[in-house]
Amino acid sequence: MNIAVLVKLVPDTAAQIRLNSDHSWIETRDLNWVLSPYDEYAAEEALKTAEAQGGEVTAITYGSDASAEALRKALAMGAHKAVHVKKDGFTDLLGTANALANVLKDGGFDLIFAGYKATDDDCAAIGQMVATLLDIPCITEVNKLEVGDGTLTANREIEGGHEVVEAPLPCVITAQKGLNEPRYPSLKGIMMAKKKPIDVVEADDVAPRVETVSMGYPPERPAGKIVGEGVEAVPELVRLLREEARVID
Amino acid sequence: MNVLVYIEVRDGEVKKASLESLSEGHRIASASGGAVCAVIPGANLDAAVAAAKGHGAAKVFTNDSADLANYVPEGYLASVVEAASQCNAEVVLLGATSQGRDLAPRVAAKMGVMFLPDVTKISTDDGLVATRPVYAGKVNISLKAKELPVVISTRPNTFDLAANEGAGELVAISPEFNAKAKVVEVVASGGEKLDVAEADRIVAGGRGLKEPENFKVLEDLADSLGAAVGASRAVVDAGWRPHSEQVGQTGKTVGPTLYFAVGISGAVQHVAGMRTSKVIVAINKDADAPIFKLADYGIVGDAMEVVPALTAALK
Ligand SMILES: Cc1cc2nc3c(=O)[nH]c(=O)nc-3n(C[C@H](O)[C@H](O)[C@H](O)COP(=O)(O)OP(=O)(O)OC[C@H]3O[C@@H](n4cnc5c(N)ncnc54)[C@H](O)[C@@H]3O)c2cc1C
Ligand SMILES: Nc1ncnc2c1ncn2[C@@H]1O[C@H](COP(=O)(O)O)[C@@H](O)[C@H]1O
Repeated sequence: MNIAVLVKLVPDTAAQIRLNSDHSWIETRDLNWVLSPYDEYAAEEALKTAEAQGGEVTAITYGSDASAEALRKALAMGAHKAVHVKKDGFTDLLGTANALANVLKDGGFDLIFAGYKATDDDCAAIGQMVATLLDIPCITEVNKLEVGDGTLTANREIEGGHEVVEAPLPCVITAQKGLNEPRYPSLKGIMMAKKKPIDVVEADDVAPRVETVSMGYPPERPAGKIVGEGVEAVPELVRLLREEARVID
Repeated sequence: MNVLVYIEVRDGEVKKASLESLSEGHRIASASGGAVCAVIPGANLDAAVAAAKGHGAAKVFTNDSADLANYVPEGYLASVVEAASQCNAEVVLLGATSQGRDLAPRVAAKMGVMFLPDVTKISTDDGLVATRPVYAGKVNISLKAKELPVVISTRPNTFDLAANEGAGELVAISPEFNAKAKVVEVVASGGEKLDVAEADRIVAGGRGLKEPENFKVLEDLADSLGAAVGASRAVVDAGWRPHSEQVGQTGKTVGPTLYFAVGISGAVQHVAGMRTSKVIVAINKDADAPIFKLADYGIVGDAMEVVPALTAALK
């Protein structure tokens, strides 16, 4: 089985995100960069599937030189190969999806895994866009997957339950939390990842179809109040919710 | 600007998020001198057609077919793309529900246009500018479309509903499509439980509840408020609660009117998922817990004492 996993490097989810001086982008200097958490689920599922069915996992990322660190992290987890689709500067979603689809289209992949969303731009879009461009099925927000012979069955989380979806291969799967427990890279894996070659492909230079007008912080919440301590504070809390906040009858 | 809004129907019922999108679509279309249309693929669409008309749709494109009773991505995609072309849509809006999140990027890719996901504000004063939270809501970015059409998904519970009677002219469509993935079963997670992503009130619990059995007191409080139960990641990872209840960066993003955080410390990844709640109440035994910085009202105390007293007081 020939498997691809799309991975992206993002700031640690615990990071405080600050804007740069002219508010044109975020201040990236002191950030700690990690594999986007959902891409860890995607990579784990790719590796598990390859282990169970035989085959290889190719990690693919699109972005600047620095972003290729995502590939090292996927290789350290156990991915066999890596492709860096190189592009500097700002791109839009469609540009990213097109560039990834171009690389995937000739790869002969049976399965393509992506994260359900990248925890930087929170778009939750690339998997579906790539699948649509490649004209293959896509199942999103998958928290359970069984790969059979030429087909697969997946559970996708929806409000108040889940859908059971069947699709033929090749197929794009976007990984939701709950799909698996991602493995930690071993020391050996990390050492080996440094030696594995990374294929570099230059991406087309496409002008973004959107421009940033402004960036800003969400409004601060007004300072709240501690109503009191313990059970004695309950009547006052109920009164405030009714009369001040007016959120209960 | 002509606007097309996708209306999602599940079990004959229209999603509120779709009507929020339609209300916003009507506003944008009116402000920029265009028309707003709706597209509804599925089966059993009467209620949805009426709702679309009642929220301003000038035309309602329906693709009514038993084959589309469950979500068929390619069939729904073909319907939206066909309607967008027939009504010359410059903006296509979808609510960012689980189905909308799945469908919207496909529409953009199929139309070969830009996609702006999970938007919380749209302006047409100077071109089309959409604002969306990024980095789990730590920052907002406003983006201007350099080309139209664009596809936009709207964050649920963010745009106001507005009743506007539209002409509601019906147009039946049935574009061809090739179904690839098939939903073979829709499984409800049990009972009449409200989903956190859709609830207007949420009672969420964390590790401070000490044991899974203690969530009973939260369920009682939730019942008395008509609220959904939510959870922190700590208790989901411990197996006390299902992932579907998790609120936060790797769970659901919610914006209810009322959010109770009980025995939840207020880690950034949790706050990322609930900071836009209108009123936040924290119950925590540690007066220094970060959640109190965010909360509108707090009680310092033991959850197992305060919560039952609160439930009793609300009865
Ligand atoms: C990549 C990543 C993604 C993450 N995503 C999420 C996410 O989506 N959602 C999420 O919630 N977390 C997420 N986390 C985890 C997050 O960092 C915290 O670990 C988690 O939110 C803590 O859960 P908690 O508040 O229940 O537990 P704790 O932090 O242990 O807090 C328990 C609280 O209960 C209080 N308490 C104790 N006893 C009582 C009592 N008797 N009565 C009342 N209060 C009491 C304590 O004072 C404390 O404040 C993520 C972490 C990472 C690294
Ligand atoms: N620049 C990128 N390079 C490789 N994969 C990406 C990139 N951006 C997004 N993806 C993949 O698409 C998923 C969803 O990302 P997004 O649509 O940006 O939220 C991510 O979890 C990745 O698997």
